[in-house]
Formats: sequence, structure tokens, C-alpha cells
Amino acid sequence: MAIDTATAAKVAKLARLKVDEAALPALAEEFNAILGFIEQLNAVDVSGVEPMTSVTPQRLKRRADQVNDGDQQMQVLANAPDAREGFFAVPKVVE
Amino acid sequence: MSEMNAWSLAQARDALRAKQVTSVELTEACLSAIEGADALGAFVHKTPELALDLARAADQHLASGDAPDMCGLPIGIKDLFCTKGVPSQAASRILEGFKPEYESTVSQKLRDSGAVMLGKLNMDEFAMGSSNETSIYGDVVNPWKLGEQALTPGGSSGGSAAAVAADLCLAATGTDTGGSIRQPAAFTGTVGIKPTYGRCSRWGIVSFASSLDQAGPMTKTVRDAAIMLEAMSGHDPKDSTSADLAVPNFEAMLNGDIRGKKIGIPREYRMDGMPDEIEALWQEGQDMLKSAGAEMIDISLPHTQYALPSYYVIAPAEASSNLARYDGVRFGHRAALAAGDGITEMYEKTRAEGFGPEVQRRIMVGTYVLSAGFYDAYYNRARKVRALIKKDFDDVFATGIDSILTPTTPSAAFALGGMADADPLEMYLNDVFTVTVNLAGLPGISVPAGLDKQGLPLGLQLIGRPWEEADLLNSAYALEQASGFAHKPQNWWAS
Repeated sequence: MAIDTATAAKVAKLARLKVDEAALPALAEEFNAILGFIEQLNAVDVSGVEPMTSVTPQRLKRRADQVNDGDQQMQVLANAPDAREGFFAVPKVVE
Repeated sequence: MSEMNAWSLAQARDALRAKQVTSVELTEACLSAIEGADALGAFVHKTPELALDLARAADQHLASGDAPDMCGLPIGIKDLFCTKGVPSQAASRILEGFKPEYESTVSQKLRDSGAVMLGKLNMDEFAMGSSNETSIYGDVVNPWKLGEQALTPGGSSGGSAAAVAADLCLAATGTDTGGSIRQPAAFTGTVGIKPTYGRCSRWGIVSFASSLDQAGPMTKTVRDAAIMLEAMSGHDPKDSTSADLAVPNFEAMLNGDIRGKKIGIPREYRMDGMPDEIEALWQEGQDMLKSAGAEMIDISLPHTQYALPSYYVIAPAEASSNLARYDGVRFGHRAALAAGDGITEMYEKTRAEGFGPEVQRRIMVGTYVLSAGFYDAYYNRARKVRALIKKDFDDVFATGIDSILTPTTPSAAFALGGMADADPLEMYLNDVFTVTVNLAGLPGISVPAGLDKQGLPLGLQLIGRPWEEADLLNSAYALEQASGFAHKPQNWWAS
């Protein structure tokens, strides 16, 4: 199926990427080329095949539900672009 | 005696034990090679002081006896690995200034074994690329040149491959999601192994596509790959997909005896338009293994042609999810905001500024294939095809095949900028022989096997059974012995 500029804009929005209006037609065209390539998969008979969830047959390990570290506020905030008074700071979210 | 920085890991290890050299001397030799090699663009964050501290500690450890094999050996670490207090950017602007407060499990294991980190190595942004041209740091230049023409070292572990090929370090770490260790190894005349999915912990390695990503060593010889892989491997409770299996002594299993081994030759890898030289090299590889006593068996992997399209659904889908964490709040870059901008504008501007075009493209493709209404048609279908690709390999191994021989890449290294006007899909074709291995979670190794008529290195790939890296490395060792590849690039970069 063909992707139009409105769909391209919607995908960019979902992905939280700012894309200029002027760049949308080229983006839609790229999507179409990549999706056209992916569409080869429609030629494969997948009836009765389960989608792969794990490439190795092992089961995920379980661990005890307990606190194993903590008290690392400074380390957690060390790389924040804007940290104040022990918190991450962001633009106002609620008026 | 050659320059110390040109030594293999095994050679340096043995010289350290024979007290012919110290780790500080080895490290200084590498640091001075790195200092003069900025033209390659391989090392992007140099850590000479840390390296010398580690080297001095290693010398003490060696003097006390009973040190692990990697003790005192200077190596490079791909920028994708988080290294405590040292910039770890995944070659992206969005991680500008990020200095992790923790160390990845694999780099910690190497450090625990006494290896000396020289610095961080360039790569494609978020490991997305096959030419190392999507990096915020700029291109890596292949030490191998074609006249005056600068070539790509391949990608995404292009800095690792170039650094090893140019003897800036004895070995380096790489990561491989669709061929990112094996393709650059082939383009630079070096050895690279991607182990079985789960052999190396992914904890602390910046995630691209979690069900495909694996770390592995990039080295000068197969023996070195065996030594370094052992040091990188092992169970890690912090990675739920890491395998709780004993790690064999891979080096001890290298004897070059492959008599009676059954090597599969998959007919689907004979692609239309494949250069004659690649075809000829593949045939030579078969002849070499046959002379060493192995049996070549024609096999079929019928879903091979669907590997790339299924990869280009699964990898972007996982990437779009993994890269959602880059929001400008917790680490890395945040865009300057205009008056009145809210949190949505902050996310959108930060991500548009922070990610390069290829990364943005893959995030959006991933977002699309996971979006409501398309999830079944694209993502679930791709996962079903992936199951069939894995079954192709399972079926072949069930007939008694020990390993599979293929070319590593469809061509030798190409010109930097040579694909600038090409469709993104053309770049993706670089991974045509390697990507099946990630989809099936298998171990795969690239071994340099010859030069093309222009004098550039070409690699052959061996694919092994799951968890049988030891056997795979031994077959690779036999191939290495038979091909006797000993070519090195001319040093044009030293300043």
C-alpha cells in the first residue's frame, strides 16, 4: 500500500520526531521503497507458523522480587540535561 | 621483531609471561600508534591515562603469577559499550556528553581479566549502517586504500575493524545485529566472530535490536578470537537472555583437525550478479577445507531470500521501541526550546536534532510496522518468517552438518561516499550473507581468505551450530591455516 504525506506525518508524530512539512513527500517516498521491499514477505506461506518469541528455546529466568540496590539519586541524575533539587526538570506539563 | 602494537593477543600474552615485555610497554606502543593515526578516525575517545593505570596494575598482577590470558593486553572498546566515567555515545549526537555511571558486563569482564582499555572506537550511529558513514564523529577510513581512493572499513563496527587492521590495538570489541562484526572484519582483513545469541551479556551495551544484538571480539587471528571470546562470555543475571551455560576453553580446542567434518554449502547463497571473484574465493575456501579432510555437502536454506526483508521489519521495530528512551530528560542532548514549547515539543525537537537521518528512518519504519492495523501484516508476519529461517538451519544441522561455509560479503570494501546517492536498500544488501545468522541466533565468524584483483581483502564466513563456538573456531582455524592470509595494509596514515 502507498504511504501518503499525511501518513508520513502521523508516523513522525507517533515517533516523536519533528519533521518539516517540506520534508514529508521525500519521507513518504522512502517509506514506500522500504515497505515495497518488505512486501516480499507476503510471498511466504506462513500458515500454521507461530511468530518467534525467543531465538533460543530457554525460558526466561526468574529472580526474587526484592530490593537489591538503591540510594543512587546522584548517579541517576548525573547525566540529566536539567536536574534541580534532586529531580529531573522538564517544561511545564500541567497548566 | 615487529612493532609490539602489531602483535597478536597470543604473541603478546606469551611475551608478557616470558618477561620479554611489560604491559606498560605494550600499552605505550599502542598509544603512540593511536596518537599518529587520527587520519583513520578510529579512536574517538582516547583514555591514555586510564590505560597506563590499568597497564601498571596488570604488570603487578602478572608479577604475582596466575593472571588470566587477557591480563595486560591493550584493546579498544566500541563506543556502543557503556564504560564508567568515559564518554559512551553510540556515535550519536543524542548521547553527547553522556558519561555512564556504570560499566557494561562485557567490558567489566575484560577489565576483570586484566585487559587494558585504550579508548572508545568509532561506529555507525546506534550501530545502524554498513559503512561507518552515519557517525556523529565522522567517517572511519579503511587502512586499506585503492590508490588514492579512501574506502569504507564497513560497519557498524568500522572503528574496531580499522583499529585492529592498522595495529592501533591488539584487538577490539564489536557488536553484531545483522553483520556488524563480520562485514567490517571482511573489509579489513581481520577476524570477527559473532557468538550464539545469549553467549555474551547485553547488559550495558546500548540497545539497537535486542533479539539480534550480540557482542564479540575483532582480532588479528582466529586464536585471538578464541582467547578474547572466552573472556567476554558467560552468564549474567542482569541480562535475562544471557545463557546459563559453562564457557569452554575455546583456545584449547584449536587443533586444526577437521577431518570428517561435514561442511554445508548453501545453494541459495549463490546470488545473481555476485562478482566472479567472490564466487571464486568461495570455491577456493571449499577446496581448502576439503584438502584439510572435511566433506563439502550441498545444502538448501530455502527461506534465505526472505531474511533481509524480515530483518528490516524486526530490527527497526525493536529499535523504535529501544530508542524511545532518548527523550531529552534523563541523559544526553536536549534541544533548546522556544517560548511556550511544552513537553511534546521538547521530545520532538530533541529527537529530530539528536538522531541522524538513518536512525530516524529506522525509528519511523519501526513505528509504522508496529502501529495499530499493521502489526499483524508486518511485524507478526516477519516473526513467522524468522521462525522459518531458523527452521531451515535446524533442519540442515539435524542431517549432521557441522558448519556452513559462505562468503561474508557480496563485494570487497567500497569507496567512502560511494553509496551516497544510492537507495538505502542498496546499503542493506551488504548484510545479505550475514543477517540470516542473527535471525537464527547462531554463531558466525569471518576469516580473511584472500585478496581481490585490486588487492583488497575478502572474507569467508563459517556458521556454526548453537553453542558450538569451539568447533566453529576450530574450523575457522583450519581455514586460516590453509589460506595463509598474511597481508597487511600499507601504512599511509601515520603522522
